Amino acid sequence: MTQDQIYYLWDILQYFINGITQGSIYALVALGYTMVYGIIRLVNFAHGEFLMLGAFCGFYTLRLGLPMPMAVAMSMLGAGIIAIITERLIYRPIRNAGRITNLITAIGASLLFQYGGQILFGADPKTIPPVITDKILTFGEITISTIQILIIAVTAVVLILLWWLTMFTKLGKAMRATSFNLNAAELMGINTNFIITFTFFLGAALAGLAGILMSYTMTIEPMMGTMLGIKAFVAAVVGGIGVIPGAALGGLILGIAENMVAGLYKASFRDGVSFFILIVILLVRPSGILGKNVKEKV
Amino acid sequence: MDYFLQQFLNIGIFIILCHGLNLINGYCGQFSLGHAGFWGIGAYASAIYTVFNTFQLPPELNMLIAIIVGFISAAIVGLIVGVPTLRLKGDYLAIATLGFGEIVRIIIMNTEFVGGPRGFTGIPNISNIYWVWITAIIVTFFMIRLKSSNTGRSIIAIREDEIAAETMGVNLFKYKLFSFIVGAGIAGIAGSLFAHTQLFLHPSNFTFMWSVIILVMIIFGGLGSITGTIVGATFLTILPELLRFFGEEVAQFRMTIYSLILIIFMLLRPQGLFGTHELKIFKRGLK
Amino acid sequence: MKNLLLKISDVTMKFGGLIAVNDVCIDIYDQDLVAIIGPNGAGKTTLFNTITGIYTPTKGQVKFCDYQISNYPPHKICDLGIARTFQNIRLFKNLTVLDNLRLGHNTRVKYHLIHALFKTKKYLEEEKKIFEESMELLKLFHLDEKSKFLASNLPYGEQRKLEMARALASKPKLLLLDEPAAGMNPSETKELSDIIKFIRNHFKIAVVLIEHDMNLVMEIAEKIFVLDYGNLIASGSPKEIQSNKRVIEAYLGTEVETL
Repeated sequence: MTQDQIYYLWDILQYFINGITQGSIYALVALGYTMVYGIIRLVNFAHGEFLMLGAFCGFYTLRLGLPMPMAVAMSMLGAGIIAIITERLIYRPIRNAGRITNLITAIGASLLFQYGGQILFGADPKTIPPVITDKILTFGEITISTIQILIIAVTAVVLILLWWLTMFTKLGKAMRATSFNLNAAELMGINTNFIITFTFFLGAALAGLAGILMSYTMTIEPMMGTMLGIKAFVAAVVGGIGVIPGAALGGLILGIAENMVAGLYKASFRDGVSFFILIVILLVRPSGILGKNVKEKV
Repeated sequence: MDYFLQQFLNIGIFIILCHGLNLINGYCGQFSLGHAGFWGIGAYASAIYTVFNTFQLPPELNMLIAIIVGFISAAIVGLIVGVPTLRLKGDYLAIATLGFGEIVRIIIMNTEFVGGPRGFTGIPNISNIYWVWITAIIVTFFMIRLKSSNTGRSIIAIREDEIAAETMGVNLFKYKLFSFIVGAGIAGIAGSLFAHTQLFLHPSNFTFMWSVIILVMIIFGGLGSITGTIVGATFLTILPELLRFFGEEVAQFRMTIYSLILIIFMLLRPQGLFGTHELKIFKRGLK
Repeated sequence: MKNLLLKISDVTMKFGGLIAVNDVCIDIYDQDLVAIIGPNGAGKTTLFNTITGIYTPTKGQVKFCDYQISNYPPHKICDLGIARTFQNIRLFKNLTVLDNLRLGHNTRVKYHLIHALFKTKKYLEEEKKIFEESMELLKLFHLDEKSKFLASNLPYGEQRKLEMARALASKPKLLLLDEPAAGMNPSETKELSDIIKFIRNHFKIAVVLIEHDMNLVMEIAEKIFVLDYGNLIASGSPKEIQSNKRVIEAYLGTEVETL
């Protein structure tokens, strides 16, 4: 093989690694989408904004001089609490009003957070104080930063914890029951309202976590969640919306595909990749790779 | 005077845009979130015609052809998008159309031929307020006549209950596609008029945010109502200007207010101002 | 000798592992007044859905007049002359009573969009015809006074009547009624039985109904088919069905064996 070809292969590996990192972020956010959709069939357009709001919570916590772990906790808690309030005030009253009404409301909530955030925080991008030093490790032709490793590790841990929660705890069982059949779960004595609120909280907390993790590598501003939110949603759909492992799978696929296309072809097509994959999946297998099919009774 | 004319012109363009979306979302009940993409295709295609054609035609004829080019190009894209996506339901259709709208924008952004990220300049000023408003009136007339035809009834039946409609003889795919293509084409008409009054086009004019703004207009007025569309388009086009009277500070609230309108209407009055009703003058047109 | 209108041959409908309809054979003749009965879950509505094209039979064929309609989409089947009502009432809720009827005429309308756009003579004549025929149908069902009401504002019994009227607007040769008497009190049911008999006699069409109300069935049906767990277990006149052991077992269960 020629020197060029070898470098080419190393490049692909680099893009792959970057893709897994990016994919981990997508996975964290996609989990929230998929859990909420699985439970109440709502595409929470505002989910990306939970990420943003969590990031801001973390930012202000660090600004106050508090240590990193506090900031992470505040990101998750802040995002979660805002999600609970949104669910109670806006989503719960219209829960039975039809999918389109819910979708439009979610779009409204998303815009409200974005533009309200602009007014509240100012539109100027902010950087977090450098609390953790980012070391770059080199392995031959590959570079990987400690932050990237952290993101991948955190996502893996989250996925394991989530799997344990849904499969082995009573709460997880209740969550699964509610997502199968809300009415039946209610009749079985499960407090479905609590489960739904908890799901929102959990999903948003994960988004907030993703937000604070991302703020190491990018600036924080009120619009940061929009594109990411849409892409994470695509990841959830690709993997199989409503299915938790699907979110992880979709996230990784999307992250890797994006980085491959951006690196090997044209960087400006980066965003187009997600939409392209979305269209393909919706046409070929709308329920997603790991998803299940549900038919309407006439 | 110029300022008011400009506002009036904008209202006309948005009325046309809203009629197009109303046909897809309001009459047919298919939730499309990519309307700005069709608007953009119509704008760019018509501009390509007028800027690059070598026929020496009088400006009026050029404008007419530009409008036709705008309509056909957007309608063709509507066909391409509609055929694969119209078998999806509800939120999936919405997301798919959102995706297509974004893909259109990204493609335009990456096409050097039409200026890409620098924008498309040099478009001749062959449109004016008369073109815009006469077209708006014709499109309104079309929507009224459509509603009282059996084609319109079939389309509305699809919104009400697909299965019942199909069982009563309505070819779902044919009418959904019709709504999509014509709705897209109408947006394309608005695009051609827009291009030849703005004289400059940029992909940022046709983002998802604009699709949402058009949606807010028809939801505010009432999905499926012609009166509602006109009122919604008028009010929400003027709104940002009204806000400006209260100072630049308040004008920044524009999108926040739009989002609050969406939420409040969905919570309290999902049928919008006019629901599916029409004002008397339109009702007479419907007979 | 009556014409064979609908021939259901060995129709089987499977959903994954569940067999909803199993090898059913039914012949419906012109102007028949027939009932399909059976316990809940017997596959009756699934059979209707198969006939009207909402489902394609897993096995077997449905033949209407001379057409093989097993693969036809619902709208094409309506064009050919089969109309139906639904178990859960599927009216166009936000449209007026009259508009619901107008939609029923859609398959028979003879003008195109162009005519409507320019209000041509053809359009005006056809619309007048649609209006008059719709009002006539509404009069038959005593709904003409309420033509401008929203369909969702009608009381339950009238909603069912409206659905029937809408189905009749498409000038079908075969009318399928899915549990038309559900939720009706005895006097409404009596009115319904008169209406159904009138529909068959006046419009000269075949009527097939799925029903649980045995009084109604025994009163008007000339032939009865009984489904149980997807199988056709009996067919015959009302008298024959009433004394059929298998039918009684299907509804009431078998006696417990004494030890």
